[in-house]
Amino acid sequence: MTGTIDIALVDWSRAQFALTAIYHWFFVPLTLGLSFIIAIMESIYVRTGKEEWKRITKFWMKLFGINFAIGVATGIILEFEFGTNWSNYSWFVGDIFGAPLAIEGIFAFFLESTFIAVMFFGWNKVSKKFHLASSWLVAFGASLSALWILVANSWMQYPVGMHFNPETARSEMLNFWEVLLSPVAVNKFLHTITSSYVVAALFIICVSAWYLLKKRELLLAKKSIVIASVFGLTSALFVAITGDGSSYLVAQKQPVKLAAMEGLYQGKEGAGLIIFGVPRSDAHKDKEDNFHFKFEVPKMLSLLGYRQSDAFVPGIKDLVDGNKEKNIIPVTEKMQKGRLAISALGSFRNFYKMNNKTAADSALKVFRENSHYMGYGYLNDPDSIIPNVPLTFYSFHIMAGLGFLFILLFIVTLYLSIKNKLSNKKFLLKILICFLPLGFVASESGWVVAEVGRQPWAIQDLLPVSVATTHIDATAVMTTFFLFAVLFTILLIAEVKIMLTQIKKGPEGGENV
Amino acid sequence: MFENCTWLFLQQYWWVIVSLLGAILVFLSFVQGGQTLIGTVAGNEEEKTMLINATGRKWEFTFTTLVTFGGAIFAAFPKFYACSFGGAYWLWIAILFCFIIQAVSYEFRKKPGNFLGAKTYEIFLYINGSIGIFLIGVAVGTFFTGSEFRLNELNQVQWLHKTRGLEALFNFQNVALGLAVFSLARILGALYFINTIDDSAIAERSRKQVVYNTVIFLIFFLTFIMMLFLNDGFAYDTNSGQVLLEPNKYFNNLIDMPLTLLIFISGVILVLTGIIITALWKNNKGIWFSGSGTIMTVLALLLIAGLNNTCFYPSSADLQSSLTIENSSSSEYTLTIMSYVSLFIPFVTLYIYFAWKAINKKKISKHEMSGSDHKY
Repeated sequence: MTGTIDIALVDWSRAQFALTAIYHWFFVPLTLGLSFIIAIMESIYVRTGKEEWKRITKFWMKLFGINFAIGVATGIILEFEFGTNWSNYSWFVGDIFGAPLAIEGIFAFFLESTFIAVMFFGWNKVSKKFHLASSWLVAFGASLSALWILVANSWMQYPVGMHFNPETARSEMLNFWEVLLSPVAVNKFLHTITSSYVVAALFIICVSAWYLLKKRELLLAKKSIVIASVFGLTSALFVAITGDGSSYLVAQKQPVKLAAMEGLYQGKEGAGLIIFGVPRSDAHKDKEDNFHFKFEVPKMLSLLGYRQSDAFVPGIKDLVDGNKEKNIIPVTEKMQKGRLAISALGSFRNFYKMNNKTAADSALKVFRENSHYMGYGYLNDPDSIIPNVPLTFYSFHIMAGLGFLFILLFIVTLYLSIKNKLSNKKFLLKILICFLPLGFVASESGWVVAEVGRQPWAIQDLLPVSVATTHIDATAVMTTFFLFAVLFTILLIAEVKIMLTQIKKGPEGGENV
Repeated sequence: MFENCTWLFLQQYWWVIVSLLGAILVFLSFVQGGQTLIGTVAGNEEEKTMLINATGRKWEFTFTTLVTFGGAIFAAFPKFYACSFGGAYWLWIAILFCFIIQAVSYEFRKKPGNFLGAKTYEIFLYINGSIGIFLIGVAVGTFFTGSEFRLNELNQVQWLHKTRGLEALFNFQNVALGLAVFSLARILGALYFINTIDDSAIAERSRKQVVYNTVIFLIFFLTFIMMLFLNDGFAYDTNSGQVLLEPNKYFNNLIDMPLTLLIFISGVILVLTGIIITALWKNNKGIWFSGSGTIMTVLALLLIAGLNNTCFYPSSADLQSSLTIENSSSSEYTLTIMSYVSLFIPFVTLYIYFAWKAINKKKISKHEMSGSDHKY
C-alpha cells in the first residue's frame, strides 16, 4: 500500500502540522474565551445602561480583534494541510472526516464572520439589542466551530460510526450521530472549550493586574477581574471534572497513551497516580525502576482510569509484549493479523477486478477476520506503538498541575476583589502578571498529551502517520515548514507587540486614576 | 427525504452546491480586486482609509467562503481533496500563503506598535488580491485542461510533474482564465467602491478602472471561452467508467444542458449590464448586476466542468485516473447526511443578508471615518 516509507517525509509532515497547530492554538483559546467574557460585559452594559461597561467591553473587544485575525490566518492552513500534506489520510477517511469540516464552515464560520462585522462596526448602526445579540452569536459561533473540529479530532482518537469498505479501500461513515456524540467527542469538546475560557480569564486578570499595579484604569481593572474570576473559576472547576472524564476515556480507548502520561512501564493492580516525578533518561519497558524519584497517591490511577481502586492498569510492557493473564494481545500478533488483512485486501481487489467472485469472497473473509488490526500491519517494530513517553509525561503533569493552580488563583482573586483588597497587594499583582504565559503553557501541553500520546497513529489503530502522508519530496515539506515557521513567528511577534502597545495605551479617552 | 434519492442524484446535487460556493467565492473576490485598486483609486491618505475600510468590512466573507468551499469539497469529493491538494502542492501552498497574509493585514496595518509598518500590510493586501486571485483562476483552469497525475490501485495520488502544480502556469488557457478572474475581481472591486463609498472623486476614479479592466477582462475571458469551447474535453462513459477525449465537450455540455446555457448567457449579460450602467450612466448599482452575473457565469462554467458525464479533474497523463463526480465522491450515506446540512444554507444566506444590510445602510464617508473608533 505504501511502498517505501520515507521517514524524513513523515517527520517533516508531522513537524509542519505540529507547528501550525501549536501556533494556531496560541490564538484560539483567547478567541473562544474572550468572546464570551465580552458578551457578558456587554450584557451588563445593556442591562444597566452604564457607559463604563460599554467602555470596558470595547477595550477587551479591541484586544479580541487583534487576536482573532491571526487565529483565522493560521486556521486556514490547518484545514488545507490535511489535503496538502496528508492526502492519503484525506482519501482514507475523507468520507467521515470531511463532514465535520464542512459543517463547521456552514454553521459556525459564517455565523462568526457575519456577526463579528456587526460587533466591530455596528455600535452606531444597529440597536443595542441587535449589537448584543451579535456579540453573543460571535461567541456561540466560535465555540460551535470548536465543536466540529474537536469532533473530527476525537474521531481520530476513537474511530466510531464507520467501517472499512474494501471495494473503495477507504473508511466510510455508517452512523453520523455516533461520530458526533461519541463519549470522547463530547468530553473533548467540553474539556477543550472550558480550558480555553480559563486561558482568556487568566489573560484578563493578568492585564488588569498590570493596570492595578500601575494605578491606571482602576475601574476597568477591578470590574474586569471580578468578571474574569467568576468566569475563570467556574470554567476551571468544569475543566477538572472533564479532565477526570478524559482520563477515564483514555484508559478505556487509548491505554498506551495513559501509560505514557503516567510513565507506567509495568502494569499493576491498584496503580498510583504520580503527582510529581522525574523519569530516568534510560527508562525502558523491561526495567523495574524507571524514575529517579516520584511522589504518588496510591491506587488513584486505578480509581481514575477504571473507577476501581484495585483495577489493573496495563503498563507499556503489557501493551507491547502482551499479557495473557489480562487478555492483552502482543503487538507482534496484531502486526501479523494486520499484514494478513492488508494482503487479503490486495487479493480481494485483484479478484474483484477480474470478476472472480469465489476467490474474491474467500479473500474478503480473511480480510474481515483480521481487519480490526489492519493498521498494525504497516508497523515494522512492535515498540513503534510507544509514543514519546517523557514528553507526554511532563506535558500531562504540567497541564494538570497548572489546572489546579488556576483554580486556587481564581478563588484568591475573586475573594480579594470582593473584599476590595487586591489593588493594595503589589507582590500578588506581580505574581498574577507572571501567570499570563502559564495559561498558554497549560493549554498547549494539553494538546501535546493528546497528539504526541497517540503516536504513531493518525487514526487510532487504523492508520499510522507513516502511511497517511502525501507522496512528495521531503525537501518540499521541509521548505514549507521553514516558510510557515518564519511567517508565523513574524506574525506572532507583530501580534504581541501590537497587543502590548494597545494595553499600554489603554481604552482611549479613559480615566487614569 | 434525501434517503430516497439515488447516489448519482446526491453526487450531482453536491456538485451544484460546490459549484455555487465556488461561484460565490469569485463574486466575493471583489474584496481582493478592491485591494489591488487601493493605490490607484485613492488620491490621498483619507481616501485610502475609506477604501481599506470598505473592503476590510467584507474580507471575512471571502475567507469564510474559501474555507467552506474547501470543507465542502473535502466532505463531498474527498478524492479530489486528496488528489489536488496533495498533488498540486506548490500551487495550493502559494494560494494559501496569499490568504494568510491577508487575514492579519487589515487588523494590524494601522495599529500602534506594528513593527512591520503599514506599507508592508498594504503590499500583503496587493499580493493577496493579485497573485492569490490569479492563481485561483489558474487552479480552476486545470478543471478543464487537466493535470499530470496518476492514481494507484488504492487511489493514492502520484503527481508526475516535478513542479507539483506550478506547471499549470505553462498552459495558456489556464493563464487566460487566471487573468480573466483577476481583472473581473478588479471590476467588481471598483463597482463595490462606487456602491459603498460616498465620495465623488473615488467614484470617478473607480469608474475609469471599471472601463480599463473591462478591456483586459474581455480579451482574456473571450480567449478562455473560445479555447474551452473549441478544444477537446474529458468525457466518460457512465456504464464502463472509461474516460475519453471528446471534441468540443464543454460546448456540447452547454447545448445538452439548456438551463445551464441560459444561466451562462444571462450571467454574461448581467456582468456586462453592471459594467455598462456604471460606465455610461454613472449608476452606482452596477455591483449587484455584475455580482449576480458573476455568480451565474461561474456557476455555469463549473457545472459544465462536472456534469453531463464530464471529468471535473482530468488527468492529462493517465486519462483513466481522471476524477468524476461518480468516482471521487463520498459514500451515499455521507452525502445524504450532508444534504440535510445543506438545507441550512438558505437560512445562513438570510442572516448574512440582514447583517450586511444593517451594516451597509449608511455609506462609508469621510465623516464616518473621522468619528469611527474602530477602523482599519
